[in-house]
Amino acid sequence: MIVEDLLYTAEHEWLATDDAGVATVGITDFATQELGDVVFVQLPEVGSELAAGGVAGEVESTKSVSDLFCPVSGTVTEINEALEDSPELVNTDPFGQGWLFRIKPAQDPTGLLSRQQYLALIED
Amino acid sequence: MTDENCQHSPLEPVHEELGATFTDFAGWRMPVRYSSELDEHRAVRSTAGIFDLSHMGEIRIRGPQAGAALDHALSGRFSVLPSGRARYTLLLNRDGGIIDDLVVYHLPGGDFLAVVNAANTAVDLAELTARAQGFDAEVIDESAQTALIAVQGPDAAAVVTATLTAADLGADEISSLGYYRCCSGTFEGEPIGVARTGYTGEDGFELYIPASSAARLWRALRLTSAVRLTPCGLACRDTLRLEAGMPLYGHELTASTKPSQAGLGRVVSFAAADDFVGRAALEGRDGSADPVLVGLAGEGRRAARAGYRVLDASGVPVGQITSGALSPTLGHPVAMAYLQPGSAEPGTRLGVDVRGTTLPFTVVTLPFYARS
Repeated sequence: MIVEDLLYTAEHEWLATDDAGVATVGITDFATQELGDVVFVQLPEVGSELAAGGVAGEVESTKSVSDLFCPVSGTVTEINEALEDSPELVNTDPFGQGWLFRIKPAQDPTGLLSRQQYLALIED
Repeated sequence: MTDENCQHSPLEPVHEELGATFTDFAGWRMPVRYSSELDEHRAVRSTAGIFDLSHMGEIRIRGPQAGAALDHALSGRFSVLPSGRARYTLLLNRDGGIIDDLVVYHLPGGDFLAVVNAANTAVDLAELTARAQGFDAEVIDESAQTALIAVQGPDAAAVVTATLTAADLGADEISSLGYYRCCSGTFEGEPIGVARTGYTGEDGFELYIPASSAARLWRALRLTSAVRLTPCGLACRDTLRLEAGMPLYGHELTASTKPSQAGLGRVVSFAAADDFVGRAALEGRDGSADPVLVGLAGEGRRAARAGYRVLDASGVPVGQITSGALSPTLGHPVAMAYLQPGSAEPGTRLGVDVRGTTLPFTVVTLPFYARS
């Protein structure tokens, strides 16, 4: 995963679209540093239809609970089941093994940020 | 975070060097974690951790009537507390509610040192000053010039002993220092107060030192001993104290909480004749209908957090969560809550409304964790 090629939301999700058009969603390294150790992740059900900007689940750390927002409208095709037993993967490898869910977009994503735009946003 | 109104610990450069993540805690810029708060939590349970608690307030009370002034000002008796001892106590308002919880040391030299929550330093100082009027006693705020370093965990005694052996404090004196006892000595020529106290549920020490020497003491503690001393932030301090069933001001303790509700009736002394503030409101009061503080144990991994409603078997609200987390040591959610007395018996099965989903919790006896 090359972080420069990903798209980002202002709510700290990232999105990567593969050649088959399926998008993988996770949260950024910045988000995991802010949250602290992730201890529980509630993911959407496979087959559920999500709207861009809608709540897709929750990320719970020792100190807080944050909503997980869906970066793009579409149908959930897969969730990262490893997180049920090992939620710490979100901290240790947020752009890799700590991915959250995969979604088949209903249309091309809109309104997302480039890496540069995202970094500028979190520096504020 | 760069707020210029924030107060800064003398150890801040040390934390920066260690790559800490900072938070604003009661107006202080303090480390919330260095890497993983779960790793830090486990280090304190299994070996030892080092904490910067320099945000806490230190108020010295001295003079011939210092003990008597504290008898009046606080819920416990200090005129009879031998020097070299510490006592956990409460600062009450006239209604018997809790303004703050604090530890008071009777220092070997004869002065008393009250250690208070950072958020309450100004309030406590004003109250203690006002309440000491009429006594031959002086109340002095030493918060700014005093740093506080805690070493907590099963290996704490080994670390502190190894570091302070070179000082006036003999190794024997430190390792034989009993729980809630304190002694004094010097570290590199500076006065140091050593207390066997803490807020983690483990054995441990709290070291009071002039701010200018804090960084050198911190480094000495980390370097002298063969024990790996893990720097620990405030995030794990909160989960450690929660597992140990210790109340936190602003969560379990508030100005409208009576000591008996929080299970702290034992630190309110009616035995002597002194008329401490809050006594008239509490003595002989029937608190049997008050909500009481209990422990709740859950299943799975979702925490019940402060403010969540607690429901009985038929879904009727019976109380509210004050603190909660997934217990790093136990692996299941733990929480503290104030409940109606009818629902507060250990073993009572209840529900907690976790953001719209009712999850099962059971009333348990505090603490959740006690060291073996």
